[in-house]
Amino acid sequence: MKVLVTAKRVTDPDMKIKVKADGSGIELSGMSYKINPFDEIAIEEAIRIKEQSGGEVIVASIGGDEAQTEIRTGLAMGADRGILVKTDGDVDSDAVARVLVKLVEKERPDLVIMGKQAVDLDDNQVPQLLAGYLGWGQACFASKLQINGNTATVAREVDGGIETLEIDLPGIISADLRLNEPRYPTLPGIMKAKKKPLDTIHPADLDVDITPKVVVKGFSNPPERKGGRIVADVPELLKALKDEAGAF
Amino acid sequence: MANILLIAEDKKRELKKVTLNALTFAKQAAEKINGQVIVLAVGAGISKVAEEISAYGVSKVITAETDGLENYIAETWSAVVADVTRANDVGLVCMASTSMGKDLMPRVAATLGAGMASDVLGFDGATFTRTMWAGNAYANVEITTPIKVCTVQGTAFDTAEKAGDSPVESFMPTIPEAKTRFIGFNESVSERPDLTEASVIVSGGRGLKGSENFKLIEDLADLFGGAVGATRAAVDAGWMPNDLQVGQTGKIVASDIYFAIGLSGAIQHMAGMKNSKYIIAINKDEEAPIFEIADAGLVADLFKVLPEITNTIRKEMGK
Repeated sequence: MKVLVTAKRVTDPDMKIKVKADGSGIELSGMSYKINPFDEIAIEEAIRIKEQSGGEVIVASIGGDEAQTEIRTGLAMGADRGILVKTDGDVDSDAVARVLVKLVEKERPDLVIMGKQAVDLDDNQVPQLLAGYLGWGQACFASKLQINGNTATVAREVDGGIETLEIDLPGIISADLRLNEPRYPTLPGIMKAKKKPLDTIHPADLDVDITPKVVVKGFSNPPERKGGRIVADVPELLKALKDEAGAF
Repeated sequence: MANILLIAEDKKRELKKVTLNALTFAKQAAEKINGQVIVLAVGAGISKVAEEISAYGVSKVITAETDGLENYIAETWSAVVADVTRANDVGLVCMASTSMGKDLMPRVAATLGAGMASDVLGFDGATFTRTMWAGNAYANVEITTPIKVCTVQGTAFDTAEKAGDSPVESFMPTIPEAKTRFIGFNESVSERPDLTEASVIVSGGRGLKGSENFKLIEDLADLFGGAVGATRAAVDAGWMPNDLQVGQTGKIVASDIYFAIGLSGAIQHMAGMKNSKYIIAINKDEEAPIFEIADAGLVADLFKVLPEITNTIRKEMGK
């Protein structure tokens, strides 16, 4: 089975984000980057499928040259080859989805697995957009995936419980947190990854116009919360709860 | 002028309250662009939900029900929403940012060739304000397509009040054959309110040390008829079900009172609860980031103080 997965380069989710004073963007100096954690889960799932039933795992990323690092991480985990679709500047989810449509048409995977959202822009759109453009089925927020020949059974984390869907293949799966625990690349894996093929292409090669439909005009800081008061003991906490919060 | 189409959501054919928060957004947006609000309710047997929402003074409520719409499937629902959008001079399609909204609306955007903004907090007639980076940055975004799509963060808007009867009309949808099939739903059974609808939430984290100790959290929540929440760490450890996770990738909540117990305040957790009105934190580590946003913080061992707090409140309440 041929599986296409994605590896977005994102700001480290454990680092604090600050909006630039002029609101033009996010302060990125001193920022470290990593692979989108949800994409890491998607890559792990694809590698497990390959380990079980053979096939190929292709890792794609859309971004600058730096995103090769995230593709190499996927290759070090066990994916077979990488594709970087090189872009300068911001691309919106819609452009990413339209680039992926072309990659899918070119590579003809049996399955696409992606993180449910990127932890920087928090869009949660690309898998659904891709499925919509391709006219394929979608099973988003997957916490369990089982391949049965030409279909897959997917458990989805939704409000109020777990929903199970059956999806025809080829189809689109978006990975939620509990789909699996991604492995760490091993040293031999990292060494091998250096020799694995990684192609760089441009949106124009795919005949995709990446003009965004959604343009960010500016950023601002969320309103500050005035907290930080420490109370001495339980009676004082209860008093605050009663007098200030009106809890009882 | 273009209209605003709000997609209603139901749970077992009862209107979900968060739809009424999204309705407030839709009404505000309609004023900005001088349009009217249309509500669409999709699903076999949905007329009861349509009737419920028709009491909220919108220009009309459209029902779309036919065989094949028993269970929500993104492919069929998006086709119906797109058809209704095209037939009603709609400029903005919106829905609450629930798991269904998040699943459905991008597919609607793809079907309509529209740009989409996720987790919207406001609209000034030209740009949408939305959260990014786990709620640590607000972005102003412009959607350049004639039809625009968005999901709305329910906690950012008050619940709409009833405002007079609205006409209900039905739309006969054409359903495409879907490549996905609904197999089943394993509902988390709870007598407590939904996290997104509770006025009091008691959340526990790693400090609880095990699922058995969440009884302490539940006891306090039940005094207030509140909901129980959990951190990602507690959910990942298997102590609590995933749909109780509060945070960037779980539920975004804004309760009147939020108890953060035995949780340190990871960035992604705080993104999901910091808009609560009154936050109480109990943690034995005085350096825990949660204290920075708490209205009242107590540095203590939760196992020592929580039973005392619960018992005292219970007595005061006369329960």
